[in-house]
Amino acid sequence: MLFPPPKKTENSHRVVITGAGIVTALGAGWRINADGFRRGRQAFRPVTLFDVSRQRSKIAAEIDLPPELPATKLSARQLARLDRATKMLLLAAHEAWAQAGWKPGEDLPLVLGTTGGGMALGEHYVEHALKTPDSQRQQSTRLVNYQAQNQALNVCDAFDFRGSITIITNACASGANAVGHAWELLRTGRAERVFTGGHDALCQMIFAGFDSLQALSLTPCRPFDAERNGLSLGEGAAMLALETLAHAQARGAVILGEVIGYAAATDIHHLTQPHPQGDAAFTTMTTATAVAGITPEQVDYVNAHGTATPHNDSTEAVAINRWAGARVATLPVSSTKASIGHTLGAAGAIEAVACLMTLREQWLPPQIVAGKSDPACGFQIVRQPTDASINVALTNSFGFGGANATVIMRRWA
Amino acid sequence: MSRVFVHGVGAVSPAGWGVEALRDALRKGERIPTVEMARPGWNKSLQVRAVPLPSGRPAFLAHPRLRRSSAITQHTVGAALEAVGADLPSIQRGEFKVGLVVCLMSGSVTYSRRFFEEVLKDPSVASPMLFPETVYNAPGSHLAAYLNSNTVSFTLVGDDSCFLQGVAVAAGWLMEDVVQGCLVVGAEEADWLVADASHLFDRRAVQGAGAGAMYLRRDMPVNSGVELACITDAFSFGFSKDRAEAVKNVRAQLPVGNGNELLCLAAHGLPRRDADEENAWRDWSGTRFAPKQILGEAFTASAAWQCVAACDALARGEFKAANVSIVGASRQAIGARFIRSANTQSK
Repeated sequence: MLFPPPKKTENSHRVVITGAGIVTALGAGWRINADGFRRGRQAFRPVTLFDVSRQRSKIAAEIDLPPELPATKLSARQLARLDRATKMLLLAAHEAWAQAGWKPGEDLPLVLGTTGGGMALGEHYVEHALKTPDSQRQQSTRLVNYQAQNQALNVCDAFDFRGSITIITNACASGANAVGHAWELLRTGRAERVFTGGHDALCQMIFAGFDSLQALSLTPCRPFDAERNGLSLGEGAAMLALETLAHAQARGAVILGEVIGYAAATDIHHLTQPHPQGDAAFTTMTTATAVAGITPEQVDYVNAHGTATPHNDSTEAVAINRWAGARVATLPVSSTKASIGHTLGAAGAIEAVACLMTLREQWLPPQIVAGKSDPACGFQIVRQPTDASINVALTNSFGFGGANATVIMRRWA
Repeated sequence: MSRVFVHGVGAVSPAGWGVEALRDALRKGERIPTVEMARPGWNKSLQVRAVPLPSGRPAFLAHPRLRRSSAITQHTVGAALEAVGADLPSIQRGEFKVGLVVCLMSGSVTYSRRFFEEVLKDPSVASPMLFPETVYNAPGSHLAAYLNSNTVSFTLVGDDSCFLQGVAVAAGWLMEDVVQGCLVVGAEEADWLVADASHLFDRRAVQGAGAGAMYLRRDMPVNSGVELACITDAFSFGFSKDRAEAVKNVRAQLPVGNGNELLCLAAHGLPRRDADEENAWRDWSGTRFAPKQILGEAFTASAAWQCVAACDALARGEFKAANVSIVGASRQAIGARFIRSANTQSK
């Protein structure tokens, strides 16, 4: 039963990560992404998925999908109908599932974040309905498969598990909200394991939308740069196998890291612009660190939302300065969007995996772009590949509509 | 203590603005007349059950964030404000921390379609005014702004079942004291694109639109209240799982009930689509409501109307308990039970 919840134990459960999967424009899988993030490699190129000849910006971080997906329980018929976003989701899910060594089950919640689901299929549906109104050829297939809940069910079918499906669509904070909500389910004893993450594929409507707002940079994005001029879009997926520490230890699982804090808040200043003082971002960072039982002094790395739009980065800089206090001068901060672009609903989950990489491998991901930092940044922007001792990492995600979320993770040693 | 109470409900539906209009329509049991909606490229129109204009311009439309808002946002806000009722001023003053869960299936489809049509014509002149309103969480964001609520807010996407998932999320936040109250809204809007899509699966389906809202708190309302007794697991169906089995599983997790109880069904009045649910609840001897039969198919809004109708009937003392059966349009079945609780502490 989803309600009432199981009887609450006196102490909240510790939540650990036992599997992580990632696919971005850097490649598919932990190793290629870790190597790319560690070197600050940029993965932008001219958009090939749809026509951008009439757009201002013409670049994005596109993924080269492998010709075949790893073997799962999906039938040939299901595989033939998968859209690009679901393929990314399944690639990330397969890696996380295999690493966790999970078995099929009937009581495994799935919590996903996305902004568009299978939007590219939805676009084809609309185009077909407008241009050939008397033909319904393949329209029902497009309609069914564009829906995010169908993508989620493909994940369930692929790994033969069942449970409640929650799809959070809080714009660009969706992935972080998904990881955070999964953490809450586990921490409060409402589940023993949760499969969570985020996914989004590039599509014409969202690209054109950001372009119409003149939010896209004409060159690869430069987060926190004094002369930044917009974001670069990307696409990808990341999945995390989360479980309670007791559950993981009971089955002898290899533990990759621990999620220790999360908070969400809403910035009601404007639909698309953050409050200049970053009030909601300050709230989520402050609350998440309090929930984690730590202080900013104990945070070794901040993976910023860092989209490289003038508004976002200045607001986030103000919020980090306020939250970090005296710690800010020595606090390493970077935005991995400099490497893979803004992956929207996937971003929070991808950046959680990026933080996990820093915790596991003890380095800081740089953003290697020439230029001068925004003077609003009181912190240290990671500019070069750097080995470092990282015990706690914090990641921010902010979205349209004022959705703000912060997730904090700790090294498992 | 795992108790969650329904402090208010709200509805915007083809029957009108307000729970009273919904109640009257369900009691009357007559289908709301359809209206024609032009379908580009066709000679004939689509039939839909649209939300009528409110009797006067709602005051909330004067808010800067709502002046040019989409229909789905207006439905969301209209239902939500009715549900919070007298708590609105204290919420707006920040004295009462209220979380939001807005549940959608089609979302802001009219602005999305309009924006994409502009993109197809010439993306270089597509309107930057439209795009932000296409984002799924725009209605939730506008509602938060109106309520002056800066705490946690989720927008969930899914089929009809997503509404009760949203209630479960809200109950979790209340249990953990993340918020003191929580609004859960299911909202959809009418558009030829959605009506056209529904026709692909059943030409007799009539699209509806609107919103339903529930306002939840942990404290019991004065005198008596409607209590959320349980929400079942969500049972998936689709490629590898049988729909009939999913509906039966929901039935099995809800109490049997008796002749004095209410059952709010997801039935459309279309025998083939309703067969699984009808079979699962064949033995139900109490009263039945089926809002979709009267109001049309409005996905998450329909699910919300089912819950609103159930809670409204309990609050009015018509029944002591009500079961709600939700069979999603595409992927999940779920159910809930609400009961009428007396506040013994106040006596």
